[in-house]
Amino acid sequence: MKLFDLRGGVHPEGKKNLSDERHIRALPLPKKLYVPLQQHIGAPAAPVVNVGDKVLKGQLIATAQGAVSSSIHAPTSGTVVALGDHAGPHPSGLPVPTITLESDGEDKWIATEAVADPFALTPEDIAARVGAAGIVGLGGATFPAALKLNLSRSSGVQTLIMNGGECEPYLTCDDRIMRERAAGIVEGIRLIAYAVAAKEILVGIEDNKPEAIAAMQAAAQGTAVNVVAMPSMYPMGSEKQIIQVLTGREVPAGGRPADIGVLVHNVATAFAVQQAIRFGKPLLSRIVTVSGGAIKTACNVEALVGTPVQELIDFADGYSQPAARLVLGGPMMGQQFTNTNVPVLKGTSGVLALMSTEIGQSEASPCIRCSTCVRACPVGLLPLEMAAHIRTSDLAGAVALGLKDCIACGSCSYVCPAHIPLVHFFNYAKGDLAAQERSKLKQEATKKLADARLERIARIERERAEAAAKRKAAREAKERAAKEAAAKAATETG
Amino acid sequence: MNPIAHSPHAHAPVSIGKVMATVLLALVPATLFGFWLYGWPAVNLWAVSLIAAIVGEAFVVRLQDRKVRPVLMDGSGILTAWLLALSLPPYAPWWIAVLGSLFAVIIGKQVFGGLGQNVFNPAMAARVMLLISFPLEMTSWVAPSQSPGLLDSLRITFLSQPVDGMASASLLGHVKTEFTRGIGLDQALAGYYAPLDMLWGSRTGSLGETAAVLLLIGGLFLIARRIITWHAPVAMLLGVAVPALLFNTIDANHYAGPMVHLLSGGLMLGAFFIITDPVTSPNTAMGQFIFGLGCGLLTWIIRTWGGYPEGVAFAVLLMNAATPIIDQYVKPRIYGRDRKGAALPANKG
Repeated sequence: MKLFDLRGGVHPEGKKNLSDERHIRALPLPKKLYVPLQQHIGAPAAPVVNVGDKVLKGQLIATAQGAVSSSIHAPTSGTVVALGDHAGPHPSGLPVPTITLESDGEDKWIATEAVADPFALTPEDIAARVGAAGIVGLGGATFPAALKLNLSRSSGVQTLIMNGGECEPYLTCDDRIMRERAAGIVEGIRLIAYAVAAKEILVGIEDNKPEAIAAMQAAAQGTAVNVVAMPSMYPMGSEKQIIQVLTGREVPAGGRPADIGVLVHNVATAFAVQQAIRFGKPLLSRIVTVSGGAIKTACNVEALVGTPVQELIDFADGYSQPAARLVLGGPMMGQQFTNTNVPVLKGTSGVLALMSTEIGQSEASPCIRCSTCVRACPVGLLPLEMAAHIRTSDLAGAVALGLKDCIACGSCSYVCPAHIPLVHFFNYAKGDLAAQERSKLKQEATKKLADARLERIARIERERAEAAAKRKAAREAKERAAKEAAAKAATETG
Repeated sequence: MNPIAHSPHAHAPVSIGKVMATVLLALVPATLFGFWLYGWPAVNLWAVSLIAAIVGEAFVVRLQDRKVRPVLMDGSGILTAWLLALSLPPYAPWWIAVLGSLFAVIIGKQVFGGLGQNVFNPAMAARVMLLISFPLEMTSWVAPSQSPGLLDSLRITFLSQPVDGMASASLLGHVKTEFTRGIGLDQALAGYYAPLDMLWGSRTGSLGETAAVLLLIGGLFLIARRIITWHAPVAMLLGVAVPALLFNTIDANHYAGPMVHLLSGGLMLGAFFIITDPVTSPNTAMGQFIFGLGCGLLTWIIRTWGGYPEGVAFAVLLMNAATPIIDQYVKPRIYGRDRKGAALPANKG
């Protein structure tokens, strides 16, 4: 198959050999699970259990709220011991609303409904079941999968792209799931394709995963699923970039892949879809890569959502040396964390303990305009110019240069010889812009309310005055009439 | 360092110091050749340039209450002084090197705000300042391979006592002088232009500008190491060679051919080491090509019709001034947008 060129990109050291030969192993059942209500893009789910409730594995414990949201299920059987705040997997470690579950050790499933022939279901039914199973994009974006299916079906998607790129260094969770569960993934892919009526199905896998490519090709034999090897380059697994490489087309700025008739899903999401449709199992766990130079035995584990990260690190035999930095996700786009009690979420692909030599970061020095960042940017931006504008708080100038098109992939920061934290600048600016826009909306709303109030007061005054005038006129008319009557009476009598 | 760091948590093993060190390494062969060709005075001049730049930069950075060490360690001041030294006449007196180096790092760079902030290439700004302020010292050339002794060389550099019978003229200067006397190219070049010597660099000229092949090898090394790209150098060489070829074909007796131009003056050093200075050149490949083409064309125009025999330094400064406007108009196309920046149309195809 003909592949298309990608602009820019970088070649960070893969480090996948630390864990890519390690089979997926189930993590021992943790005693306590911390299940945050927000594990997806959109509104947090609302709890439907109370403290002290006994729940079964797979039981709904929080329901989706509003159009963009996702449901959450009990990862194991046990007792709800707290509804409250627990440290969240965010650099700040600030507490987030969480359901705390104490496991009873039995891991007892709720009754599930298996479907013998899932292709007999209607596409709407499939989307509904995916939504009920609480499935979100497992590639990291955590967009509710059912919503994506419905949007894609209604907008007429032609091409389904399954993302098996896994271009982040260290991570091997998608590699392993493709090697070990290819049949399930392929069935999931076919279900997604059926649900959105896609005509073409492409599975893009970077060519540094030959075993995964072979396994997927074998499983896809005789189906419409087309497995394609792509060159290994970061950020090949980014949604916009994988579309460009496989189809030669670009998602319009500010638009969605559906605008050009494309739907992209992660391969692990396809497996979750297959489990949900065929076996009625909601999304309760995910594959996580535990790796990094400071981890003793790098591995791939299947961890229940809500498992404290410390348990994963313990499972990997702990640290071989003090870690300079702990990261959730991959090194290019992942987040640093400091509290190892934070839980694994639906979108947690990796737990990394890195040595300072692996991070390779030093203090920033002045920009020499070498434009290595311009060559590395897969979007075609001018990172050095954008950062210069943001440095002087000229956010409008940065937006004019394309700040909102930035995908925060980190390629520019990775290659910068001056070690300028370019992506940090951009995310700061995006956050500031969002805050500005929110406060602008708030101001507008306040102004609208104030105007309405003034108008209302004026109207009431006016109405009062009118009523008073009317009453006065009526009184005068009455008086006049009385006078006239009196005068008339006087003349009549006179 | 900040305990909470933003992604990415991996960085390429690169630094500004490494970039500068690689460029210096690429300059070593041509510099050693210059030392061999012109002897001890060249070594003296080179050393004085570097020392003046280091001391001068340390002094002004101190005046600004900034840390001296990181500024000196980035190597940019040394590179500037090194490039300036290579562009000086090898027997120039010591104070030319000192003045030039101080001007380059202080007026050319620190006054603008330090590394990355200067508009003009510091080495070329210093060279032009020296050329227009001290035309005699800056155009006193010597024939190569005279190898004066160490004592003589100290006298040449530090007491400005040129040894008799060493004076010579550069090819471009010679041609210009002959033109003013009404002598055509065919006679002017006779006995002066030896293509092979020009290629290896055994000619009259600046300290480190003559070794065309060694400079080319250094440039190719930098391209291979991805420190520079081919765009600006190739464009500059084309900018000189194409008009030279064209006019030489029309009137061979009045306009020197492309090879004469390519192997003369500071073109090779300029194309691979001066105009590839990232600070003062555009930041896109296309912009760098336009920039290089402009440098080449202006060089050829100044050499052909200007008052000075050599035009590389002037051409570079003029194009440095044009860099912001090139950057304003030459930008990469953004993903999902057309060249004008409008979003691409939705197409479900």
